[in-house]
Amino acid sequence: MIVADKKPIEEIIDYVKDYQSILVLGCNECVTVCEVGGKKEVGLLASALRMHFLQQGGEVNIGERTLERQCDHEYLEEIRDNIDHYEAVVSIACGVGVQFTAEKYQTKPVYPGVNTLFMGANEARGVWSERCQGCGQCILAISGGICPVSRCAKRILNGPCGGSTAGKCEISKDIPCGWQLIIDRLKALGRMDDYEKINPIKNWSTERAGGPRKVIREDLKL
Amino acid sequence: MKAKTPSKLEKILASGNMAVTSECGPPRGSDPEGIIRKAEMIKNHVDAINITDNQTSMTRLCSLAACIRLKLMGLEPVLQMVTRDRNRIAIQSDILGAASFDIHNMLCLSGDHQNFGDCAQGQNVHDIDSMQLIQTVRYMRDEGKFLGGDAIQRPPQMFVGAAANPFADPYEIRVPRLAKKVAAGAEFIQTQCIYNLDKFEDWLSKARDRGLTEQVYILAGLTPMKSAGMARYMKNRVPGMDVPEAIVKRLADTPKEKQAEEGIKICIESIQRLKEAKGLAGFHIMAIEWEEMVPEIVEQGGLYPRPNVD
Repeated sequence: MIVADKKPIEEIIDYVKDYQSILVLGCNECVTVCEVGGKKEVGLLASALRMHFLQQGGEVNIGERTLERQCDHEYLEEIRDNIDHYEAVVSIACGVGVQFTAEKYQTKPVYPGVNTLFMGANEARGVWSERCQGCGQCILAISGGICPVSRCAKRILNGPCGGSTAGKCEISKDIPCGWQLIIDRLKALGRMDDYEKINPIKNWSTERAGGPRKVIREDLKL
Repeated sequence: MKAKTPSKLEKILASGNMAVTSECGPPRGSDPEGIIRKAEMIKNHVDAINITDNQTSMTRLCSLAACIRLKLMGLEPVLQMVTRDRNRIAIQSDILGAASFDIHNMLCLSGDHQNFGDCAQGQNVHDIDSMQLIQTVRYMRDEGKFLGGDAIQRPPQMFVGAAANPFADPYEIRVPRLAKKVAAGAEFIQTQCIYNLDKFEDWLSKARDRGLTEQVYILAGLTPMKSAGMARYMKNRVPGMDVPEAIVKRLADTPKEKQAEEGIKICIESIQRLKEAKGLAGFHIMAIEWEEMVPEIVEQGGLYPRPNVD
């Protein structure tokens, strides 16, 4: 899923301090699962904003709404009728949701209420960690199912570097060395011979480097 | 092995002599005096001088400019290049720039992560990795082509080196990893600083068993310790460094004013022991901000005078 984390409330307040009516807009997908942008968090952020404005002596109307998804036209259409009751929107969906909302409602200011981080997994209660950077050309088949692009701090395709110590990355004792994980996995699979194959220079044009990306599926288009 | 490039370092190694290289870190400013002074101190005692490339990710005068400075002094530079800061366009371009000054040695590295240095908030590039950098230089030299396939007018004539750290983890892939670098095209290896001689000798013998020492020249990396504090720091804080407790204790048991001298002694003893190691082709002495000690280490290590191959 797409993993996001809270933005400091002070930062959000600074964005919306001059408005009289604000819609806090949540999303029922990834950000609900990682407990940062779902219905519950919409309620919490709306309460925090109300308290702030009350303390400031102002009367600000804070609305609450959580859509099934903010990355689909049909769900975003559900707020068309009442979005004009608000001067601004704070979206606590991922960056995709914030942008798609802004694109749909051209004259409405939309502010991000979370920091969107990565595509990751829920490792344990309250712990999420990165697994994929969407490089556009998956190489997991050659690396035993562990991704060197997202799990190595230098995204080295032929690792580990000289900084791997006791299974940890040189940048932090809290980060496992991605290449140690790959080697452990190749060993478990009985595929250590694969370690000695040199992975060729990667084509990064399918990644961010190639510019904004798009998937067009002719078989699905209407 | 026969020399394939005009590199003096390669010629010395190919002639069967033990090579001695050292390194200089460029200054954190634009005054070239520091490099000239350091090079003057060691030039008669080493065959080639590595110039580090923004080591530990601290921004410094660039390796290429410092290498050109050495070349203009008539010395033999080894251009260190990390993949952290350059994409494949910049890498190929810098290689041609070096070649245009007839710089004939390169050491291919990935580089420390930027969070160790003064630009921790910066991007890292790693368009290609150190293994692929070795392949890139060899391709440019041997095929005379850019990665894009076009012909290079006057291709670079680089003697291609790589680093090896026998002490990083996991240990079991350290020799296979060396084999990979050799397969990628590495012609010489400069190792991480060696303090655990037993482990290094084990690594070297395993490399020998695989026939790797017949295919690549291995230079043992040595850094003299200045103090017990430095030994402790290297032991505990520098990733991928193996400093046995005995070394820390030996320095700590030495009176403070004699610790530097003891550090030099340890370095010389290491040379004397490793000179006998089968398959070792030379030494890479990294006296960090202590270049003035290199001549004494080389002389006491029995590596002086240096051979003349020209």
